[in-house]
Amino acid sequence: MTGNLSALAYLIAGICFIMALRGLSHPESARRGNLYGMVGMVIAVLTTLAAPNVVGYELIILGLAIGGAIGTVVALKIQMTAMPQLVAAFHSLVGMAAVLVAAAAYNSPDAYGIGTPGDIKLASRIEMSLGAVIGAITFSGSVVAFAKLQELVGSAPLVFRGQHPLNLLIGVAMAVVGVSYCVTQSPEWFWVMIFLSFLIGVLLIIPIGGADMPVVVSVLNSYSGWAAAGIGFTLENSALIITGALVGSSGAILSYIMCRAMNRSFFNVILGGFGVEGGAQIARSDRAVKAGSAEDAGFILKSARSVIIVPGYGMAVAQAQHALREMTDKLKERGVLVRYAIHPVAGRMPGHMNVLLAEANVPYDEVAELEEINSDFSSTDVAFVIGANDVTNPAARTDSTSPIYGMPILDVEKAATVLFVKRSLSPGYAGIDNELFYKTNNMMLFGDAKKMLEGITQAL
Amino acid sequence: MEAAVDPFIFRLTIFVLAIFVGYYVVWSVTPALHTPLMSVTNAISSVIIVGALIAAAPEGMSAAKILGFIAVILAAINIFGGFVVTQRMLQMFRKR
Repeated sequence: MTGNLSALAYLIAGICFIMALRGLSHPESARRGNLYGMVGMVIAVLTTLAAPNVVGYELIILGLAIGGAIGTVVALKIQMTAMPQLVAAFHSLVGMAAVLVAAAAYNSPDAYGIGTPGDIKLASRIEMSLGAVIGAITFSGSVVAFAKLQELVGSAPLVFRGQHPLNLLIGVAMAVVGVSYCVTQSPEWFWVMIFLSFLIGVLLIIPIGGADMPVVVSVLNSYSGWAAAGIGFTLENSALIITGALVGSSGAILSYIMCRAMNRSFFNVILGGFGVEGGAQIARSDRAVKAGSAEDAGFILKSARSVIIVPGYGMAVAQAQHALREMTDKLKERGVLVRYAIHPVAGRMPGHMNVLLAEANVPYDEVAELEEINSDFSSTDVAFVIGANDVTNPAARTDSTSPIYGMPILDVEKAATVLFVKRSLSPGYAGIDNELFYKTNNMMLFGDAKKMLEGITQAL
Repeated sequence: MEAAVDPFIFRLTIFVLAIFVGYYVVWSVTPALHTPLMSVTNAISSVIIVGALIAAAPEGMSAAKILGFIAVILAAINIFGGFVVTQRMLQMFRKR
């Protein structure tokens, strides 16, 4: 295949990837979009394999077979509640692949047409360093995010004295080493640069707590794109440059959406430590809380005409989405209008709740976003909160001293009755008490979410 | 006649335009599909496999070839895993 022809083929692959993202504007077009993505990938791979300098197919076929088998099996077996971990793990692989490709290009630049060993073009050295550095940060950062999401390590923020100065120091060192490599091309600098990048990736993510993971996962998504783009410049490959730019801006937009949904600046999230100080300061009040049983809840729900369900991370932890669907089926049989309200940061990654509800066969047209449904709470009989906390806390509107002040919340307390499924009165991630618990129209349903839902379904 | 433009500038042009395309396309993604958006961007960013294939392609054995081989495996996990899990999720989004 000639150079021009393969460049055109890569362009087509890039366009297919744009179409893949475009399809996601609606659930019905999304499945076709995903097909576009697959077609684009096949075109890109075949074009590369048809290049004249690709002669040894054994390892390639072996690698594709091993990777393809692992990927397919994992994707088919994974539980939907574990999606955030899976995505974090996938990000780490993209990052590592970027590092490996950069290292391979460093070792045999002639294969990529960017020079000879020890004499790589300066522009390629810079592009390759950027790709490798961002790739390494993506890898180690994603591994930490994975460990937190999988609860291999505690999800609480890990903060220590001098953390930010240390990170700054490493950042400066990376810049110095990076420039040294680009100037001297010595392998020592190259590997020190990679090592520091792995280190900073870990240090950047450890101070960020579990509920800020939607932002972390989005940021790492963005990084994986920029790493791919950096390598794309090195390889002079337009498909890779286009894709890197798409993925990079996609992750950046998602990070922005998540930060806005928490009314926090990007740096406030990334610098970490959120929710560490807040926890202790509240004197646990002994104000009266109204608690009810599954039967009480069933009685209230029976006489309701409209119900809005507010799911949160607790629903995912309890794997309660199917039990929830059974309960709402009963309600719908009785003619109750049932809808679902999703806060943008509910769960551990963007769109987490939507996927869980879809898995439990909840039709997507019953599920609404915050802006669409928030004004309807005042005309709703029952708001049913399950496993969500901070995103319903009225302090965000009323208490200017609260850490979550200004965060857009779901106005559940405007409903005639609020049913709040929760294990205990413990505060949410932000470490603050929820005023909602003490309102007269609120009834707490203490217990495991799944058991509680099954109990209510029985009572209906 | 102006002096010839460095090909790097053309690649930069592609890059910057693609960022703009990405910006507008991603804002039009419905929030309900943000998780599939992540998994599919994951899959497509593994087009980095083209770099791995070139490294794994030459005859004989070399350090670069081993690195390329490992990178092919990692990228392939992502490609297959990413597209399959995206498809699985999208199949679940059904209307009433």
